[in-house]
Amino acid sequence: MKVSLTVNGSKHKVDVPSNTLLVDILRDHLGLTGTHVGCDTSQCGACTVHLNGSSVKSCTILAGQAEGVHVTTIEGIGSVTDLHPMQAAFRDRHALQCGFCTPGMIMSAIDLVNTSKGLDNRAVREGLEGNICRCTGYHNIVAAVLQAAEVMQGSSDE
Amino acid sequence: MTSYDVMPATELYQPVNIEDATALAARLGRKGWLLGGGQDTYGWLKDRAKRPDAFIDLTGIDVLKGIRSLPDGGVEIGSMTTITEVAQNPLINEKFTLLSAAAKTVASPQIRNMGTLGGNLCQDTRCWYYRRGLNCYRAGGNICYADSPEGMNREHALFGASRCVAVTPSDTAPALVALEATMLITSASGSRQVAAEDFFVGPATDILNMTALQADEILVSVRIPRKWADATFYHEKVADRNVWDFALVSLCAAFKEDAGQITDARLVAGGVDCVPHRLREVEQAIIGQPRNETTGEAVKVRATSAATTLNYNQFKVPLMQNLVLRALRG
Ligand SMILES: Cc1cc2nc3c(=O)[nH]c(=O)nc-3n(C[C@H](O)[C@H](O)[C@H](O)COP(=O)(O)OP(=O)(O)OC[C@H]3O[C@@H](n4cnc5c(N)ncnc54)[C@H](O)[C@@H]3O)c2cc1C
Ligand code: SF4
Ligand code: FES
Ligand code: FES
Repeated sequence: MKVSLTVNGSKHKVDVPSNTLLVDILRDHLGLTGTHVGCDTSQCGACTVHLNGSSVKSCTILAGQAEGVHVTTIEGIGSVTDLHPMQAAFRDRHALQCGFCTPGMIMSAIDLVNTSKGLDNRAVREGLEGNICRCTGYHNIVAAVLQAAEVMQGSSDE
Repeated sequence: MTSYDVMPATELYQPVNIEDATALAARLGRKGWLLGGGQDTYGWLKDRAKRPDAFIDLTGIDVLKGIRSLPDGGVEIGSMTTITEVAQNPLINEKFTLLSAAAKTVASPQIRNMGTLGGNLCQDTRCWYYRRGLNCYRAGGNICYADSPEGMNREHALFGASRCVAVTPSDTAPALVALEATMLITSASGSRQVAAEDFFVGPATDILNMTALQADEILVSVRIPRKWADATFYHEKVADRNVWDFALVSLCAAFKEDAGQITDARLVAGGVDCVPHRLREVEQAIIGQPRNETTGEAVKVRATSAATTLNYNQFKVPLMQNLVLRALRG
């Protein structure tokens, strides 16, 4: 089937079998391999991307459900020379070790910060409930998200 | 090359109105599979535990989406409304916080953003033997793996077992039974309404299906009447993990009080029965009593007087009693 979708601002038309998952479109057809597949069963969150601005698990979305949507992946939020505040905070706070979960963590964290006020340690831990990290023990991830929240909310409130 | 599981090839229909969807559902019967957000569906297919011929994707049917207030002061929620919208909707948060509180505890944010209320209500049980594709009673076979001497049945039922001891996994279902919601159902041959309490069915009624929906029927919306809008609510879900986990036991309670006495109450538990389980004995015993610790202590054993435990789920008995105590303590 033909699917038209916008990914990181650019329009794409892909021709894929109807049993293709959104994550396959991103990784195999568009070469956007920053979105990872950990569990493939909607549990780990490594495949998290934004669909029309909200975080979703791209391993659990079918090509047909992606028609006409706007997708943002980890490649679409910043660049090596101009990191997104969430990426910068993850680097500052050593919020990753192997890095496998990191793209999904960052995409979930950005949605969390965009949709909540007055985040604290507990709210960040609850907000990231759909993302699992095998390495860090979460402490530094929470610190990074709180740091980024100050930057992101500070600039958007003004 | 993809390194992960592949979805089996499945025909995909994407109707944009209810008439086309019901015509497809009538034609395909049990070989068709209605698709809400797909969050419960794809696991079944990736595991090869269910193999429908075709999906009927309801995403394109706009009339199934959204939340509106009803003339009587109640609320109607389209079946394709996302769980996130149910959790955040101002109308529901103002009048029926029991439902928004329950919706907030479903799965994780990403799943709530895609998953729909209809899908959450119609999802199949999480019994791991069944989900792994074993040919148990619920799958049409003639054995229950969970209720066997070696069976792992920590998550399974205290009530309503009949060969199958699986429980309802839905967090929103007990809230809607407590709020006396009505389900609006449609098919090519007409529409009907079913009380939430009768919508969910146990294995004694139908061991192959968790709801009263026939193969050709679609859940259109859920109507919550005004009746409990001003009530006091209590919601608590106990799971192995604080977040992102199915309920071991959950409790949805609604109380009406007058002059320090309970005048009406609905208490419905999740995770203990194949259907949302009403605690009728408790409901009756607390009428005319104050909502406090003493009442809670006096009635909590009534929550489990009809319980039949399995090898590994005895812990659910004190857990249920404690939730009732906490609901009454307020
Ligand atoms: C990792 C994980 C954790 C989870 N944790 C929880 C939890 O804590 N609590 C909880 O309640 N749930 C939980 N779930 C289940 C999840 O909430 C449901 O899978 C989701 O709500 C289903 O919504 P959906 O629209 O994506 O359903 P779908 O997968 O689209 O559909 C589910 C079922 O409902 C049927 N259906 C869908 N819409 C209709 C309709 N309008 N009419 C008739 N039938 C319909 C489908 O045919 C299918 O059988 C979890 C799921 C996962 C994967
Ligand atoms: S509890 Fe029900 S679903 Fe689970 S193995 Fe037994 S019959 Fe099958
Ligand atoms: S790969 Fe999608 S949630 Fe794990
Ligand atoms: S950094 Fe390794 S999984 Fe999170």
